[in-house]
Amino acid sequence: MKIFNMNIKVTFWRILFVIIMVLGIYSTYVRYLKGLGAVSAMTDQFPWGLWIAFDCLCGIMLAGGAFCITGAVYIFHVERLHSIVKPTVLTAFLGYVLFIVGLLFDLGRPWYIWHMIIYQNLHSVMFEVGMCVMTYTTVLFLEFLPNVLERFHINWAIKVVKFIYPVLIVLGILLSTLHQSSLGSLFLIVPEKMHPFWATPATPFFFFLSAIACGIAMTIFESTISSRAFGRGLERSVLVELGGALYIIVMVIALLRLQDYVHRGVFMSIFHPSYEAYFLWAELVLCFVIPLVMLSFKKVRTNPNLLYIAALSTILGFVTNRVNVALTSMEAWVGYHYMPKWTEVSITIMICAMGFFCFSLAVNYLPIFEEEHKHASAPLDPAARIGDVPQPELVH
Amino acid sequence: MSKAILYDATMCIGCKQCEDACAKQNQLPYDDKVAAETVQSDHKYTVVLTRNDKFMRRLCQHCEHPACVSVCPVGAFQKTPEGPVVYDVKKCIGCRYCMLACAFSVPKYEWQKLNPRVRKCIMCPDRIAKGQPTACAEACPTGATKFGEREDLVREAQDRIRQNPGNYIDHIYGLNEVGGTGVLMLSSVPFEPFGLPKLDRIGETPLPEYTGRVMKLMPDFIPLWGLILGGVYWVSNRREEVAEVEAEERAQRGGK
Repeated sequence: MKIFNMNIKVTFWRILFVIIMVLGIYSTYVRYLKGLGAVSAMTDQFPWGLWIAFDCLCGIMLAGGAFCITGAVYIFHVERLHSIVKPTVLTAFLGYVLFIVGLLFDLGRPWYIWHMIIYQNLHSVMFEVGMCVMTYTTVLFLEFLPNVLERFHINWAIKVVKFIYPVLIVLGILLSTLHQSSLGSLFLIVPEKMHPFWATPATPFFFFLSAIACGIAMTIFESTISSRAFGRGLERSVLVELGGALYIIVMVIALLRLQDYVHRGVFMSIFHPSYEAYFLWAELVLCFVIPLVMLSFKKVRTNPNLLYIAALSTILGFVTNRVNVALTSMEAWVGYHYMPKWTEVSITIMICAMGFFCFSLAVNYLPIFEEEHKHASAPLDPAARIGDVPQPELVH
Repeated sequence: MSKAILYDATMCIGCKQCEDACAKQNQLPYDDKVAAETVQSDHKYTVVLTRNDKFMRRLCQHCEHPACVSVCPVGAFQKTPEGPVVYDVKKCIGCRYCMLACAFSVPKYEWQKLNPRVRKCIMCPDRIAKGQPTACAEACPTGATKFGEREDLVREAQDRIRQNPGNYIDHIYGLNEVGGTGVLMLSSVPFEPFGLPKLDRIGETPLPEYTGRVMKLMPDFIPLWGLILGGVYWVSNRREEVAEVEAEERAQRGGK
């Protein structure tokens, strides 16, 4: 099809992307012209809705891969994982930028977001999260920058970044430890409002650990989809290694969760059917049962397709967990169920789609997946226009 | 030192004069329609509830250790030395953590506005500064809402229960709830059906302590964890350097 003199191939994923963007832009219009009440299902009873539960809590969790992998590679010198540093840093950078985009939708007065820098409340967990996210996004930007600099051969700047790289890595892990767990600490102040399934003082630990698990799972997930979509992914040996790491961390979390339930005396109530129990079961099956059963077979850990399913299940499981913490656990206290409006959902989907789009752009134009990239792309024609170059596609 | 409100539901006649006075004080609309509303909202900071001919007033509890003050990332909420928990809209970024954190679900939001504010009873700080009682206490025809020093009001509430034990349930709501609140309540029927959570549910621990326990680890945790990470980095980096030099030496020796 010819649009504005550009050859654009029409595919299912592109049509879907356009539909998502159109709906999302309409909802954005409603958000900024009619207010939060018009666009979302949030009320005085549910001051935090889908955007906090999914865009913010899950967005940050899914971007947690960077600090685990950079830590393993640069701090502990696990050299075999070197090839996944770039994709995870990219994911994390995009994840944090999209988190901030999500915040601009969710905050009632987003134009005052900078107030956090000048009016500091040191007692506030939210303040700590805000400052950490702000600094860490800068750190991730600097960690990501060499990809762009390499692409344009700005060598002096690469040297500068390389020089401060160790500081960036240590700072990145430090900040991640703080805010990944602090996202859980946000909920420590409302033990009375939360269902006992999720109201545990260990929430910060579980948030931190699930960020590690999801960070690894996301790396597997992305590598698989980008190798299917663009033929650029990770070597099988690295994937196998990640599968093993995922198995261990999910196992550790499962044992700690069990210990937490037994310790707080709510273990038996898990088995009594109730509204909350159904959500908990969904979470536990996706988080623990499916991945642990699957990953215990060597056949799964060495098969990229099955590994992909195990990783996807883990991701969905921990996403369910965070949505449960933020919404499901409060529903009994509030007295009704939170049902997001379609406009609210469409903004969330738009933000996700933007993430996929930016990821595919970066994978196509920047040296992200090193090994396969060498022979996959010819030097770019400076005259190439958006319509001519191989177009990035969404998930396959 | 700190000011408080004592509300005695047994003396309340449900005339809603307090609602009216509150609306006037805060320049909010008040008519029959608003009077009929039975929930606190962005345009109704206090509400007199009726249940089986029993009344109960709801308003901000003005906690001694307010959750909203501790959670606000920009410090838009403050507990003044006089007792009121006040809100500064100029600082607010609209994260609504205050609304989530409040055990009494008091802060309400202007969901329909484009530059929304958090709305709640602020205990008439301007009037208190002038030495006047709150608007609601002044308007109350029966003295069911009484304004004064918290210590005096606690003593008075205890006296009332002691003198008329049959008239009250033996509990001053707000004396110990979440570490004590600036609004004390007496009633002949349980508070819970009116949306005031039970003491055994919300506890006597000031809510900010739950997050404070974690937050106060930060000043120690940050340098310690940074040092460990830096140390491990240095060791593993050094090990690699040494290995490289050794490999070089070995190669040189082999070359001879």
